[in-house]
Amino acid sequence: MAATLFFYLFSALAVASAVMVITARNPVHSVLFLILCFFNAAGLFILMGAEFLAMILVVVYVGAVAVLFLFVVMMLDVDFVKLREGMASYLPVGGIIGLIVLVELALLFGTWAISPEAIKAAAAPANAATMTNTAALGEILYTKYIYWFQASGMILLVAMVGAIVLTLRHKEGVKRQSIAAQVARTPATAVEIRKVEPGQGI
Amino acid sequence: MMVGLSHYLTVAAILFTIGIFGIFLNRKNVIIIMMSVELMLLAVNINLVAFSTALNDLVGQVFALLVLTVAAAEAAIGLAILVTYFRNRGTIAVDDITLMKG
Repeated sequence: MAATLFFYLFSALAVASAVMVITARNPVHSVLFLILCFFNAAGLFILMGAEFLAMILVVVYVGAVAVLFLFVVMMLDVDFVKLREGMASYLPVGGIIGLIVLVELALLFGTWAISPEAIKAAAAPANAATMTNTAALGEILYTKYIYWFQASGMILLVAMVGAIVLTLRHKEGVKRQSIAAQVARTPATAVEIRKVEPGQGI
Repeated sequence: MMVGLSHYLTVAAILFTIGIFGIFLNRKNVIIIMMSVELMLLAVNINLVAFSTALNDLVGQVFALLVLTVAAAEAAIGLAILVTYFRNRGTIAVDDITLMKG
């Protein structure tokens, strides 16, 4: 009973905040509603028994992606009111296309059924009685799906390098340490011996 | 009434539609468009996890993990491109991104 209640709570909040994401006047509010939506989706994941993915959703989406969005929205000095011009004229077309997609999905719901073979042919059956979700996921992710795991690591690495290359700017006139120049110094260029007369200094 | 697979699929379908609707509604604002794409990817993830639970097969959750990775990479690269574009042009309106138009 409680699970049903929480399902409706989480899904209603997720849908409502998703609507606010696309209609909010201020993009900062959009990002904050996106964070709320991710939190509620994480709640849905927990209800479905995918605890690890729920935590990952909070850590990666809320902690990294949404904060990145927030950072960019606040950094860019854009007139967001001007960007909202003509929104009313896009409303009918967008509404029709959204409605068509929703109807298509609803038609799909009405006709489909899971074949009995598909249930028997599970590639990695989960056994909730003996293992937690995280342990079970780790057991197959690091063995059977290790190449996919490595590939996702490569994707993240490439994304990181790409983002740095795109946004890094070398400013002129900034003094930096040059290790090569420091190492190449010899006593002849670095040290000077002077004869100091008493009472006079240099 | 027990919450089953179809309930989760309905929520995911609604979220996906909101994502598509958001792209059309905010056709000038690239940031909101990217947030809509994130919403759509979230809906896909909910679908994958729902099927994973319904069929008692963990592979769906592995897929969801990979989708999450790609979404994070996409957001990072997209926002980096956006920042670079803003530095060069001083605007992020989609209508102005016509530099490569013949």
